[in-house]
Amino acid sequence: METLDQIFVLSKKGILDFLGTFLPEWVVTLACVAITIKAIAVLGPVTMMYLTLMERKVIGRMQNRIGPNRVGKWGLLQPLADGVKMLTKEDIVPHGADAVSHFLAPILIVIPSLLAFAVIPFGRGMTPVDLNVGVLFFIAVSSTTTIAIFMASWGSRNKFSVLGGMRSAAQMISYEVPMVLSVVPVILIAGSLSTNDIVLAQAGWGGLKWFVFTPWGFFAFIIFFLCGVAECNRSPFDLPEGESEIVAGFHTEYSGMKFALFYMAEFMNSFTVSGLAATLFLGGWQGPFLPSWLWFFLKTYALIFVMIWFRGTLPRIRVDQLMGLAWKFLMPLTLVNILAAGLWYFTEGAARWLITASILAGSFWLLTKLNRGYTPEKRVYLFAE
Amino acid sequence: MTEKTFSLHGAGDMDTQTLEINIGPQHPSTHGVFRMNVVLDGETIVSLKPVMGYLHRNHEQIAENMSYTGSMPYTDRLDYFNSMSNNFGYAMAVEKLANIEVPERAHYIRIIMAELTRLVNHVSVIGFLLNDLGAFFTPVLYAFREREKILDIFEEVAGARMMCNYLRFGGVKYDLSPEVLARIAGILKKFPKFLEEFETLLTKNEILCMRCQNVGVLPAELAVSASVTGPMLRASGVNYDIRKADNYSLYERFKFRVPLGQKGDVYDRYYVRILEMRESLKILEQAVKEIPAGDIMSKKMVPFLKSPRNFKPPVGEAYARVEAPKGELGYYVVSDGTAQPWRYHVRAPSFINLTILEDLCIGQKVADAIIILGSVDIVLGELDR
Amino acid sequence: MLSTADLKTKIEAAIPGTTLKLVRESLLLENPNDLLKVARFLKESDLGLDYLSSVTGADYLTYLESVYHFYSMAQKSGPVVLRVRTDRQNPQIPSLTALYRGAEFQEREAYDMYGIVYEGHPDLRRVFMWEGFEGWPMRKDYQQEDSETLEMADVAWLENQGVKVPEPIKAKAEELEKQGKRALAQKPGQPEPQ
Repeated sequence: METLDQIFVLSKKGILDFLGTFLPEWVVTLACVAITIKAIAVLGPVTMMYLTLMERKVIGRMQNRIGPNRVGKWGLLQPLADGVKMLTKEDIVPHGADAVSHFLAPILIVIPSLLAFAVIPFGRGMTPVDLNVGVLFFIAVSSTTTIAIFMASWGSRNKFSVLGGMRSAAQMISYEVPMVLSVVPVILIAGSLSTNDIVLAQAGWGGLKWFVFTPWGFFAFIIFFLCGVAECNRSPFDLPEGESEIVAGFHTEYSGMKFALFYMAEFMNSFTVSGLAATLFLGGWQGPFLPSWLWFFLKTYALIFVMIWFRGTLPRIRVDQLMGLAWKFLMPLTLVNILAAGLWYFTEGAARWLITASILAGSFWLLTKLNRGYTPEKRVYLFAE
Repeated sequence: MTEKTFSLHGAGDMDTQTLEINIGPQHPSTHGVFRMNVVLDGETIVSLKPVMGYLHRNHEQIAENMSYTGSMPYTDRLDYFNSMSNNFGYAMAVEKLANIEVPERAHYIRIIMAELTRLVNHVSVIGFLLNDLGAFFTPVLYAFREREKILDIFEEVAGARMMCNYLRFGGVKYDLSPEVLARIAGILKKFPKFLEEFETLLTKNEILCMRCQNVGVLPAELAVSASVTGPMLRASGVNYDIRKADNYSLYERFKFRVPLGQKGDVYDRYYVRILEMRESLKILEQAVKEIPAGDIMSKKMVPFLKSPRNFKPPVGEAYARVEAPKGELGYYVVSDGTAQPWRYHVRAPSFINLTILEDLCIGQKVADAIIILGSVDIVLGELDR
Repeated sequence: MLSTADLKTKIEAAIPGTTLKLVRESLLLENPNDLLKVARFLKESDLGLDYLSSVTGADYLTYLESVYHFYSMAQKSGPVVLRVRTDRQNPQIPSLTALYRGAEFQEREAYDMYGIVYEGHPDLRRVFMWEGFEGWPMRKDYQQEDSETLEMADVAWLENQGVKVPEPIKAKAEELEKQGKRALAQKPGQPEPQ
C-alpha cells in the first residue's frame, strides 16, 4: 500500500539512481528537474483533453443525450480527434490585427496555467515545487491571465472582442479580491503559506478536521469556489465569452491551435482552482485506504463536476449584476469571515462554534437583506374568460 | 467603424465616444438573419435600429402568379415553426372570400392542429430565450424532446414534420385516424408533468429573475398603439385574444382562459407563454374528446382537390386573422375573378411587434437587448416574407 | 357593430367636408388629405377603434391604393376597412404614425414595395430592399433585372473597381446597349388552368 501511494516518487528516485550510475552529479540534478517538468507538461494537457471529454459527456447526460461515443469506446479517443482537428485548421489572422499581441496572447494565457501546477500537492510528498509561499505564488501567477485576455481582445481589432475583453478584465479583477480574502483565514489557522503544510494542518480525526467542516471554512470554501468559477470564465460567469451576445468575446478571432490554447488555458485553470480548493479546504490528499494521489484526483474531479453542473444548468449573470455580487456581497462576507476565523483561533470548545457560526450567519442574512434587489419578485397573473 | 463624439455627461467637461456595432446578421442569437444597428455608450444602448430584408423572398408577388391552392405550401414557409397556423389563416381568408362552408370535423381537426402548434412554438421559444440567457441549450433540448413527439404526429397526419401543407380551402387534406387521436391523447397526458419539470428550474430561478424582471417593460397603451399582438400584448395586461374576440372556427365551444400579465417585462412574457400552454392543453383535451365523425372537406370544394388550378373565387376581398402563437397573423386577399389573386398580403406579427423594439431597449445593456429580442419572439420567415 | 353604410353616415356627419364611398364592405375616402381627421375620429370617438391591424398597399393599374384595417381592442369589435387612392406618378398619402405607432413599419413596407410616399412618417426608407435599390417591386409594371446578364453600366462599374470583365460578357452587354434593350428576367408564366 505504501509503494502504491508513493509510486511516482519511488519511480522518479529509481530513474535518478539509474542515471547516477553513469552520469555526473550535475546531470542528475538537471534530470531531477527535467522529470518533474516533463510530468507536469504531460499532465496538464492530458488532463485538459480528458476534461473536455468529461464535460461533453456530463453535459450531454444532463441534456438527456449521450455525449460523444463514436471515436473509440465511450468516446475516449475523442480528444485526440479534437486535437488533430485543431492542429489542421487554418490559422486566420484578421487583416488589421496587431500582430504581436494577437500572437502572444494565447501563449501568455497558457503559461500561468501551467506554472500554477507547480505548487499543488498531488499526493504525499508529491508537490512538484514545495515553495514555502505556495499559495501566494499560485494567486500571483493566476492573476496574470487578465493581461493575456486583454491582449487577445485588443489585438483582434473587433468591437465584440473589445467588449468581451473589457468585461473580462473587470470581472477578473473584481473576483480576485474575495478569492484572496477567502484564503486568508486558512492561512491564519494553518499558520503557513505552503500548500503542503496546509494539507498537513488538516490531518487527524479521520477527516473531520478538514477546514470545510468549520463555520468559517465552509463560507470560505463556497466563496473561494465561486470566485474560482468566475476566474475561469465559466458559467454562470462566462460573460467574457458570452456566446449568445458577443459570439465568443475575446477569442472570436482565433482559430486553430491558438483557439485550442485558449481552451486549454480555461480547462487547466479550472483544474488548478479545483485542486487548490481541495487542498485548502477539503484536506488535500488525505483519506483512508486509497493512495493519496487518487484521493486528490477524486476530490478535484468532484469539484470540476460541480463546475460542469453549473454550466449545464444555470443561465448567465449580467455584467453589472456580476460586479455587484463581487463587491457588495462576497467581499464584505470575506472580511467578516476573517474576523470569525480569528475568533475561532482564540476560543475553545463549544463556544467557538457558537460564536463563529452566529457571526457568520448573521452577516450573511444582513448582506442578503441589503442586496435586496435581486430576490425574485412575486408576480400575480390574472385570467380573463 | 464610425464613432460619433458628443458629450453625454453634462456641460462638455468630458467627451465620450459612442460605439456603433452591428449585432447580426450572422449571430447565434438573432433568430435568423436579422441585423440590429446598435449605438452603445459603454454597455448602455443609446439607439437601436433593426435592419431587415435578409430573407425577403417576395412571397406576396409569388402568390400573384400562383393559383390559390398553389400558394398554400408557400404559407408554410412564412413562420416556419408553426406551419399549421399559417395554413389556417390563409384557408380562412379564401373561404371568407369565396363563401365556403367548412364541415364540423374539419373545424375540430384544424383547432387541434393549431393548438398543437401553439404548444410547439411556446416551448421552443422559451428554450431559445434561455439559450440567449446563457443556459447553454439544456432547456432547448428538454423542450425539443416534447416537440419531437408532436412533430411525429404532424408527420403521421400530413406527411411532413414542419412544412405540413395540410389545410385546404373547405377543410383539411387527410383525415385523423383513431390511432392518431389516441396518440395525441397520450401526449396530452404527459405534457403537464413535462411542463412542471420544465418550470421547476426556470420560473423561480434567481438568475433568471435577476436577468428578466423589470427588463424591457412595455406599457399597455404603447402596446396597443404600436399594434402589438399575441403573448407580448397580453403580458402587458391588455385582454385581447383573437380566439375570444373574433370567435372564429368553433373556438367558442371550448372553455379556456386567457392569461394576462401585469408588468410587461421579459419575465411576464415568458410566464404568460407557460400559462398559455396550459390553456392550450385544456382546449386540446376538449377537442380530442368531442371530435365528431363526418366529412373533412366541403362538398363544393371536393372537385377542386383534383384540379386546384381551376378554382376561381368571385371578385371581392377578404381579411381573415388567426391567433398564431406569435400574434395576430392576418391574410388580406383580393380576387379579380381569375385563378390568380390580384393582391395577397400577409400581416406578419413578428414584423409589427418589432416596432417598439427600440423603445424597449434604450437605456438597457447589450445583454438585455438580446433577451428582449428573444422575448419578442421573431421568426425571420414571416418577418421578411 | 354598425354596418358600413351607417358608419359612412356617422363619419360624414362628424367630419364635415369628407366624402366617403362604399366599396364592397369598405369605405373609400375620396380625399387623401382627410385621412388623419377620419382616423382620429375613428380612434377617439365612441367607436374606440384603437388598434390598427394592417396597413397595405395595392396596385390597381390606374391608381395605387392604401388599405387600412381598424379594430377595437376595448370593445372587441370587428374590422372597419378604409381605403385611400392615389395616382401612380406622384403617390402621396398622409402618414398615420402620429396616431398609431404600429403603422410605422407597415408604411415603410408599402413605400418600399409600391413607392407610396407617406407624408409625416418619421423615418421613411426602404425596409426589405437594400438602400439604393431602384424600382418598386410589387407594382404590376415592375420589370425585374436578370441577375445573370450584365449591362454596360455594370461593366463600367466593375472595370472601375479593377475587375477584368471577360470578352463574351462584354460583347453581350454592348449588343444589348446597341439594341436599346435592358437585361430583364423572364416573367414566370401564368399557370394554365387544368
